[in-house]
Amino acid sequence: MAIVSMQKLSICANKKNRKAILETLQNLGTVEIFTDGIEDEDLQITDTQSARSKYERRADSFDRVLKLLDAYAPEEKKGLSLFAGREEVGRSDVDRVRQNRRRYNQDAARILQDEKDISECSGIILKDRTQIEALVPWQKLGIPMDTSGTRQTAILIGTLPEVITEEALYAAAIRDLPDPPAVSAEILSTANDETCICVFCLKDDQAKVSENLRQIGFARPSQMLSEIPAEATIRLERDIEEEEKRIEELKADIASFAGKREDYRIAADYYRTRAEKYKLLGTIPQSQSYFFLEGWVPADKADRVAQLLTEKYGACVEKEALKDGEIEPTILKNNRFSQAAEGVLASYGLPQHGHVDPTFIMSIFYVIFFGMMLSDAGYGLVMFIACAVALKKFPDMAAGTKKMIQLFFWCGLSTTFWGFMYGGFFGDAIDVIARTFFGYTGDGIVKALWFEPLKDPMRLLVYCMLFGVIHLFVGLGIKGYELLKAGDIVGFVSDILAWYAFLMGLILMLVPSDLFASIAGMTFNFPSWVGPFSKGLALCGMIVIILMSGRGRRNWALRIALGAYDIYGVTSWLSDVLSYSRLLALGLATGVIGNVINMMASMFGGGVVGAILFIIIFVLGHTLNIGINALGAYVHTNRLQYVEFFGKFYEAGGRPFTPFQNANKYVEVKEER
Amino acid sequence: MSLGMVFAILGAALSTALAGMGSAWGVGMAGQAAAGVVSEDPDQFAKVLLLQLLPGTQGIYGLLVTFITLSRIGILGGNMITDTNTGLMYLFACLPIAIVGLISAYHQGRTSVSCIGLVAKKPDQFGKAMLFPAMVETYAILALLVSILAITNIG
Repeated sequence: MAIVSMQKLSICANKKNRKAILETLQNLGTVEIFTDGIEDEDLQITDTQSARSKYERRADSFDRVLKLLDAYAPEEKKGLSLFAGREEVGRSDVDRVRQNRRRYNQDAARILQDEKDISECSGIILKDRTQIEALVPWQKLGIPMDTSGTRQTAILIGTLPEVITEEALYAAAIRDLPDPPAVSAEILSTANDETCICVFCLKDDQAKVSENLRQIGFARPSQMLSEIPAEATIRLERDIEEEEKRIEELKADIASFAGKREDYRIAADYYRTRAEKYKLLGTIPQSQSYFFLEGWVPADKADRVAQLLTEKYGACVEKEALKDGEIEPTILKNNRFSQAAEGVLASYGLPQHGHVDPTFIMSIFYVIFFGMMLSDAGYGLVMFIACAVALKKFPDMAAGTKKMIQLFFWCGLSTTFWGFMYGGFFGDAIDVIARTFFGYTGDGIVKALWFEPLKDPMRLLVYCMLFGVIHLFVGLGIKGYELLKAGDIVGFVSDILAWYAFLMGLILMLVPSDLFASIAGMTFNFPSWVGPFSKGLALCGMIVIILMSGRGRRNWALRIALGAYDIYGVTSWLSDVLSYSRLLALGLATGVIGNVINMMASMFGGGVVGAILFIIIFVLGHTLNIGINALGAYVHTNRLQYVEFFGKFYEAGGRPFTPFQNANKYVEVKEER
Repeated sequence: MSLGMVFAILGAALSTALAGMGSAWGVGMAGQAAAGVVSEDPDQFAKVLLLQLLPGTQGIYGLLVTFITLSRIGILGGNMITDTNTGLMYLFACLPIAIVGLISAYHQGRTSVSCIGLVAKKPDQFGKAMLFPAMVETYAILALLVSILAITNIG
């Protein structure tokens, strides 16, 4: 439960070791480098933009190659690959890939060219298909479509925008022609209010006939092939076949590289890491023969880094003190249980140096509250076992995912505990099964170790609020601790102790009252001195708050007014405490819905059919319930921490530690030395 | 069957119907927004799915209250109601989760839509994005609590 203390290093070294030093730091991955603090007009910055973008392009092309390989030669995936982390490879593999990188780049270029060809072929196929589509109405035409006629005759090929019979067409075509008309009209096809026609006439009549046809809407086809339509169709179909074959060949060519997938992954990461290095290199100030760096390093590793750089590269490394306005990056360090909850804290915001890291305390409440909300032993066991299996099977999963799974592992345990306390095991599954299938008629078999919430919700509500008060008081206590650490005794007494006294007094006044007894159904008999004591306590607290909370003001009237306003803040305490009623509501929700599912499942009675239906409904129903209620428990546990608990003391604003490291996406390089 | 039973069942029906309507409304809206995000960035699927599901809880709270009611008025257990007043009491006890469920689920859905937009732009802000819809749900939880406490203490 702490924030790791950081040390600032400033490094100065010979320029010829520049790349070697950066590579060493990158492989160490424990130093956050920054260079904007160093300013001197004699120092210059090299432009590495072109080198950097070259490597980024290379990394990108390998990424694309890997995607193509996945598409054309899919890898056999292990189950739950969602959790699988980056693959581990040895340093020697990376060296091998580096030596062969020229060849691999050629491979990548070829694969990408193949992909380009594939999309070109697909384009051609698409075009051919459209053409075939357009030729369909012309299949009966036995001559090329652009034939205009013979020596004596004219041929008019085109479409009419209506469905028309051959007789009507003929009649329309011969209008105003000398008798007998030398015209032949043929309908090739009709479809969708369009008629494809072919009309023969003498060359001398051509002007007249085409005028006649124009009047009924004749139009030349938009696309005039100099081929016979039926033959053109065959040619196009053959073309499509060829292109398809070509695509298959290209795909097979790409797939033939699948065996080197592993190496391409390494190559992609190699180039990405190099691009990262050049990105940093482009910001490093340097003189003619020296360059300068500053960096944050965890204090316990500072000496090792300094020693390494000094001995190996003759660099000059100095530990520097923190300057004003500089914010150290935050790394959290917690025990094995609490580090699981670091992700929860980080998604709210990391703590700043000099403040308390609340992860440890939060993780305890987190797990307890989650358990109370999900509160079913069966669901807890499912969660606990699933997380344990995932952790065991994928030990190298990404750090963030791993913490999340660990957190749910503990939450599963806590859910199991609360489930037994409330007497819920997949709702009331055991009782229902015993009654439905084994003819059991007695009392409930599963007994709650504590009590069943549905039978006495008020009692549980009171306990939920009690947990809430404890949670909030702990939050206030942390703020008090910070004030004490900062030496602000006055603040501690007036902002923390006074509130404790005031609130404790109010609670002690409320608990023995009739009002509380009638709500909660519990009566407390305190000794007689408690009454006056609680009143005194509340009064003392109130007076201190009124007098002291506006202590920054000189004007006493304003000061008192501010203090009185602060007393009004007790309403926010009330709403905060009431907010913990969700512990009860969500706990009830899980149990009751579980019971509903069991009831539905058992509606088909005993026997084999009943048992099969029972199992189906039971599994589906409880899977749904576990999902939706685990989501609810997760969201609302977060809320209780973020809004109620953190609201009492926590200020985020820490900057996450982003060390200069290998930018690996696929592989994790394991040092073999 | 007494008039009281009619009122009690009306209450039970309303709590599932209204709260369920609200949830369907909210989840539906959020689902449209989520589908839009996934079409651009399929990696965000799990996150936006969680955000979409958030307004779905009101429907479950409604079901919960219906079930508790039915199991106390002789439909799924308990004793039949014989007087009208008791039936009316059940009806009114059901109203908080019915009404608040409907309205809070709608508004939670709208908040979810906005938060799905937030996650689309800044996927690392998921923790905060989840909190905004959860704030709306507080009132559904309070309504649920009042309904449950009222129903379990009738009769």
